[in-house]
Amino acid sequence: MTVAVREELAAAVECRGIRHRFGETTAVDGVDLTVLEGEVFGLLGPNGAGKTTLIRLMNTLLPLQEGSISVFGNDVRHAKMAVRRRLGYVPQQLSIEGALTGRENVMWFARLFDVPRSERRERVDASLESMALSDAADRLASTYSGGMIRRLELAQALVNRPALLVLDEPTIGLDPVARDSVWQRVEELRDATGMTVLLTTHYMEEADALCDRIALMHLGSIRAEGTPDELKSELGPDATLEDVFRHYTGGTLEDELKGGLRAIRSSRSTAHRLG
Amino acid sequence: MWRRYPSRVGTFCLVELQKLSHDRTELFTRAVQPILWLVIFGETFNRIHAIPTGNLPYLDFLAPGIIAQSGLFVAIFYGIMIIWERDSGVLTKLLVTPTPRSALILGKAFSAGIRAIAQVIVVLIVSALLGVALTYNPLKILGAIGIVVLGAAFFSCLSMTIAGIVLKRDRLMGIGQMITMPLFFASNALYPVSIMPGWVRVLSKVNPLSYEVDALRGLLIGTSSNLPLDYGVLLVAVVLGVTTASLLISRLAR
Repeated sequence: MTVAVREELAAAVECRGIRHRFGETTAVDGVDLTVLEGEVFGLLGPNGAGKTTLIRLMNTLLPLQEGSISVFGNDVRHAKMAVRRRLGYVPQQLSIEGALTGRENVMWFARLFDVPRSERRERVDASLESMALSDAADRLASTYSGGMIRRLELAQALVNRPALLVLDEPTIGLDPVARDSVWQRVEELRDATGMTVLLTTHYMEEADALCDRIALMHLGSIRAEGTPDELKSELGPDATLEDVFRHYTGGTLEDELKGGLRAIRSSRSTAHRLG
Repeated sequence: MWRRYPSRVGTFCLVELQKLSHDRTELFTRAVQPILWLVIFGETFNRIHAIPTGNLPYLDFLAPGIIAQSGLFVAIFYGIMIIWERDSGVLTKLLVTPTPRSALILGKAFSAGIRAIAQVIVVLIVSALLGVALTYNPLKILGAIGIVVLGAAFFSCLSMTIAGIVLKRDRLMGIGQMITMPLFFASNALYPVSIMPGWVRVLSKVNPLSYEVDALRGLLIGTSSNLPLDYGVLLVAVVLGVTTASLLISRLAR
């Protein structure tokens, strides 16, 4: 895809001059970012890079301190409800209501997004079906495996037919088989609907396999942006995304992951939830 | 936007009913404490006539107080539940649906009401079995259920407000335990206001639980009560509770 073609596409998300502080800590430090309609865009970076904060600013969870964000032309400061209606959001944690069945979980969100009563049952069934959960739909969600929970969350997020699907670390804490199945579903979705997908990850292979374009985030700012191939070829013929990361940050993603209590705590709590 | 309110509140109530239908054990475990109050405390004090309740048997006087108490105990749990939902990520997702914060809180408040109704029905049946002379007038029973829902809605908002301030489950559990007993004892649930020392009487006067008990006694047992005042106080309390809890709820998402 050439730069000229890209400019013709409409922007799904546009961020300008984003800065966000939590007390003394600056989590996002001057980010400009455009996600185009119909692409799978990956925010790649270690824990603490500011990816989740950026996403929480886009989806109206956090109040915008500095800069501007529009989602399909809706300003996140002034048109919160319009932004929320266009979004499907899957947070980092495995977040379902275990005391409800899979179907009830999806039906709940269909109601909260005002899916018309006449279409509700059909849309809920279709969402569950697209995530291969039809057979398990009437079981309590507390009996689901980690991979199934993640797919149920995707079904929940899709029941609204969002224009933009936001996935925050969609495969964190999942075993390789479950991770593959989530990747496969995201790819199928993109092929079937042309939906815009924004995902964050710290897995290089995930970004490489799924994303049309990626932005490399480190310590609150974007260090590099482009298609995975562009980023790799800038460094040489055999470069991997791991090399790209090292080139722009001076460290390896592995080092970053090992360091920091936050990283350990978050992986532990995910392991705990998966029980 | 306003017309979405009833649909959102209805959705949260429905989800609560679905949860209850999948796990009924809580209904029974939560019934144990009110039954102990009625059977042990109630029966004992009924016999020794230590508390002056006029011509009314003490057990009849006590039953509406225990109904209000079981609603209170159910509702106080809702702040802990909302912090649990925050930790599990469910709240985060709810907050990015097109649901106004106040509709979310109102929905939760009425879910507390639903759970309180389920509880109250159990206590009503036990009271009737113990020989409490309850009304059979369906309108009065409906009125009593209405007041229980308002009470549960207010106390759940109080709990969610504290959740929005302390932000941690263990802290809230401590505070929840710290406030439920004083709310219960500094009310007219166990004894008439007339025998209270002056300062407890003041506490009872500003305690919404007292108005809930007053209305329940009037409706279920037929003692003299000021129903318009009782309903009025609880309605105002719910409006204030929903407003403050809605303002604080976003703090949980940060």
